[in-house]
Amino acid sequence: MAQDKAELAVERSENGPRLSLKGRLDAAGSAAVWQRAVREAQPGAVVDASGVTYCDSAGAALLYDLQQRNGVRIEGLPEEAKSLLKPYEKIEFPKLEKEPPRKESAPTAIGRVAVGLVRDARDQIIFTGQASVALIQGLFRPDLVRWRDMWHTFETAGVNALFIVGMIGFLTGMIMAFQSTVPLQQFGVDIFVVNLVALAMLRELGGIMTAIVLAGRSGSAFAAEIGTMKVNEEVDALTTMGLDPVRFLVVPKVMAAILVTPLLTIYANVIGIAGGLMVVMLFGHPWAAVYNQLTGAVDLSDIATGLIKSFFFGALVGGIGCLRGLQTKIGATAVGESTTRAVVSGITLIIVVDAIFAVVFWATNF
Amino acid sequence: MGGIIEVRNLTAGYGGTAILENLTFDVHKGEIFVILGGSGCGKSTLLKHLIGLLPPLEGDILIEGKSLPKAEGRERQAILKRIGVSYQSGALFGSMTLSENVRLPLEEYTDLPNDALDLIAWMKLKLVGLENYVASLPSEVSGGMQKRAALARAMAMDPAVVFLDEPSAGLDPITSADLDALILRLNKTLGMTFVIVTHELPSIYAIADRVIMLDKKTKGIIAEGKPDDLRDHSDNAFVRQFFHREVTEVAE
Repeated sequence: MAQDKAELAVERSENGPRLSLKGRLDAAGSAAVWQRAVREAQPGAVVDASGVTYCDSAGAALLYDLQQRNGVRIEGLPEEAKSLLKPYEKIEFPKLEKEPPRKESAPTAIGRVAVGLVRDARDQIIFTGQASVALIQGLFRPDLVRWRDMWHTFETAGVNALFIVGMIGFLTGMIMAFQSTVPLQQFGVDIFVVNLVALAMLRELGGIMTAIVLAGRSGSAFAAEIGTMKVNEEVDALTTMGLDPVRFLVVPKVMAAILVTPLLTIYANVIGIAGGLMVVMLFGHPWAAVYNQLTGAVDLSDIATGLIKSFFFGALVGGIGCLRGLQTKIGATAVGESTTRAVVSGITLIIVVDAIFAVVFWATNF
Repeated sequence: MGGIIEVRNLTAGYGGTAILENLTFDVHKGEIFVILGGSGCGKSTLLKHLIGLLPPLEGDILIEGKSLPKAEGRERQAILKRIGVSYQSGALFGSMTLSENVRLPLEEYTDLPNDALDLIAWMKLKLVGLENYVASLPSEVSGGMQKRAALARAMAMDPAVVFLDEPSAGLDPITSADLDALILRLNKTLGMTFVIVTHELPSIYAIADRVIMLDKKTKGIIAEGKPDDLRDHSDNAFVRQFFHREVTEVAE
């Protein structure tokens, strides 16, 4: 049907232009002639549509558009176009006025952001309270806890994360050892790389890396799961059954996160230090020397600091994931937003809490 | 000359499990064709095959003479452009206004200028009586309106066939009757072919030209014809029961 492609011919005369439309006015045809037809349809123009062989709703829309213009007359409207245009005889296309995007003054914007932050902080405090109460209640009344959900989360957040946590830990240990061995060798003290890797892993990196992986893998998953339930009104269903969504959805997840983070941290520590030690040994230090260095460098407080923090990291990642899920608004985009927010606030809070612990441990000489 | 849709020896199902076996039927141009059956008989599965979401286990589906399952790439896209689907939940994009929802296929498939797209979207929404809700988000209008908007979106590309999955599910009887009237009007004035999956008997009597009834046990079509004929003259006990029980319920 290429032969009857839509065409527009314009004849100019004293009485105004005469536009002849020909051929198939389907979506493609109408698109081809639309701009020009609209431009040429000055007041007084006559549109001759008798050459139109086919007209679908795009064509009808073009004819309607021309018809609505002041002083434009249409001749020879084909039957199919007439029937397509029938519903629009008595009604006019309202000029869609796109609201210009409202400009916000700087103080308003700052105020809005500040209010948002304060509200969010309030939500977090309320949520922390609710979740703590529910968790403590769970400790005294274990029958209220959904253990099956807890173990399921424990498995997906913990066991299934072993590979990635192990790999990241191992490589980080190796990289740290590599990068520090070369400069320390110049002073002949490269055996102290063992101290460096072990202390950094135990006190800081093992816990933080694990928590960040957990925030990316599981915090986001919690937010997406609870967020979708929120969108599907499943959370409302729980509430109307008289079941507390916090106890039902949040407690098993937070509990699993609190239990699994220290375990994963120990695992990351061991693997990370192993990676570092491997590099040191590759640089020619015997196992006995490395082992002595390690036992001399590390004491119980180093291990304890890392582990104490990891409990908090776990609670944080699990809690913030669930909170963002419960805050989800309407629609598919909202779920994506909650997931993003879960990961971003999760990671931010991990670092902030870590900084606080650094000060506290320093002040208490721990 | 076959129908606008020709189903040939179709075995429908997924994951290797056949839910319907060896179906053959035609949908004719310009008719309102209803797929009927009890819950779990495979109505929705059949619909998913007809609109190309599931590949047939066996057999073929021709839309305007071209095989949908065998087509690939551009050819398949060309066939899919000829059908419009309105899903049970409406499936409107929540982040877009009604107008943007209707515009989307036009925007993607044609080079029409922006004003033209707005105008066509408005015209389509006018057809379903939503011309005053152009700038509303789906969440801001009622369930019935969402269904009508979904219908407008399904018609955006002037398809040859419009598929509706349970259009009256979740609607009150009046809204549902309005929707029936709308479908009937679109069918009469624009000559649009409709394939509707439903088990709402009042709707079926009001709009259906032809009905096929699917059955779970035989995994096939147990009745085909005009709804009144099936109610009064079917020799199948299940078909009679299906029609009559519901009719008495409605009469009350």
